[in-house]
Amino acid sequence: MASTEVLMAGFGGQGMLLSGKLLAHAAMEKGLEVSWLPSYGPEMRGGTANVTVCISDKPVASPYIVYPRALLVMNQPSLEKFAPRVKPGGLIVVNSSLVPVKSDRQDCQVVYVAANQVAQQAGTGRAANLVMLGVYVGWSEVVSLESTVRAIEEEFAEKAKFIPANVAAFKAGYEEGRKARGAKS
Amino acid sequence: MSKILMKGNEAVGEAAIRAGCLHFFGYPITPQSEVPEYLARRLPEVGGVFVQAESEVAASNMIYGAAGVGVRVLTTSSSPGISLMAEALSYIAACELPVVLVNMMRAGPGLGGILPAQGDYLQATKGTAHGDFHLIVLAPSSVQEAVNLVMRAFELAENYRNPVMVIGDGMIGQMMEPVEFPEPAVGKPLDPGDWALTGCKDRPRRIVNSLYLDPEACNRHNFKLTAKWQRITEAEQRSESVYLDEPCDILLTSFGMTYRICKTAADELRAEGIKVGLFRPITLAPFPYQACRAAADRAGRILDVEMNMGQMLEDVKLAVQGTKSIDFLGTAGGVVPSPEDVAKKIREVLGSAPAKNASPKPAPQKKRKDKERA
Repeated sequence: MASTEVLMAGFGGQGMLLSGKLLAHAAMEKGLEVSWLPSYGPEMRGGTANVTVCISDKPVASPYIVYPRALLVMNQPSLEKFAPRVKPGGLIVVNSSLVPVKSDRQDCQVVYVAANQVAQQAGTGRAANLVMLGVYVGWSEVVSLESTVRAIEEEFAEKAKFIPANVAAFKAGYEEGRKARGAKS
Repeated sequence: MSKILMKGNEAVGEAAIRAGCLHFFGYPITPQSEVPEYLARRLPEVGGVFVQAESEVAASNMIYGAAGVGVRVLTTSSSPGISLMAEALSYIAACELPVVLVNMMRAGPGLGGILPAQGDYLQATKGTAHGDFHLIVLAPSSVQEAVNLVMRAFELAENYRNPVMVIGDGMIGQMMEPVEFPEPAVGKPLDPGDWALTGCKDRPRRIVNSLYLDPEACNRHNFKLTAKWQRITEAEQRSESVYLDEPCDILLTSFGMTYRICKTAADELRAEGIKVGLFRPITLAPFPYQACRAAADRAGRILDVEMNMGQMLEDVKLAVQGTKSIDFLGTAGGVVPSPEDVAKKIREVLGSAPAKNASPKPAPQKKRKDKERA
């Protein structure tokens, strides 16, 4: 790989900043250069929140990215705001459990995943953010399934009872991502 | 030690402990509140002192007192908070006390906003407060460099007995990047030397004071401080020049996180064959004028990029002394220039004045091209 960027966006409390941290952590452990840049406006639970993760085999120059290669969205405002900025040929993952509309981008691959339902089946509806991360990792393979699972285990080390459901949600999302990739090629 | 993923603000707090700083006095303000938050948890674990003051004015006088008794001390704040600390910083500089402060700049003027900005360049480097004194000012452009420079700041503060500011912006404070910290986990304490107020039993008393009612004595003190700044200026300038092995069409000057944005723009244009060089000061004060001039001499023209309305631009002009055309791209209010904005501006200025055949050598003095279009 050379370098790539993913923007993860949703309402505060939906866990997209954590998903970004897990991705950055897994990439760092793989020896890649990473940056994790959150929005930090006057936001709180219920407001919009997003994070840009850059991953590269060279030192990351600008962590501030306007046109990312991939976008994961948990709400409609984020889809409307950020989908037009995704680079052509990129990926848009939409949580169709919460976003009732479709993206009009014809030049990107748009993947609709009912992340809340998938997470519920995996053990907890609260892990929809891990499903979204799983779709991205499965689609991009920028980091491996195993290294992301290790990052999840480390992140939740002090709340170990949450690990199985979060790992299961991530893996379910990963399968969706692999399928989406296969459908494209 | 392996790399860990850490927010810039938290990394600043940890770096201080690694440098042996176990005293923190401060007051929370976005976007740097994770520094006091982190140290409020960590300092008690390592036998340190954390005090949340009632205001920045109080915090700045607490660091004045702590430094006066010979302990290594840190405060951190963001733009409006630094303004409140200004008076004490003048006293600290006058008393030649080693303190380190960090300014994670936010948008101004006034209460401004909480998003990233670089509008405190002139305040930090030229006019922090009343009287003739200078802060040493260090500007990191990554979380790892923030760690390195915070640790270096304590060395400089103690070597020269001068306050040192590490200046970042909301972006570097809030972002996470991998960092490594040197051992030991807690640095050695400060040697209080022959100036600190440690109790005068069995020795002559010492006085830490900035009141000089005798004009001759005050005059001498100013000359002493100025001579010290001269030594700092000669020994401590640091900068980074990139892609200047060969002459370039345009040189981008910037500092801190803005440099990172410029780097992406430069890489993009270089892939198209447009020769873009980069220069950034690491010490904003003392400003590396000669290095900036040397970089400018390799370039057809200059584009200065800052998250302010043109503050470091004044130092770039001083360095270049009218030998090159200088354009400026600035944003404020928390608006961050994107790499695309920088690339667009480069195309614009090169298009308007083709630099392909421009001489990489300094223009003769009589043909000064100093009509900035900022």
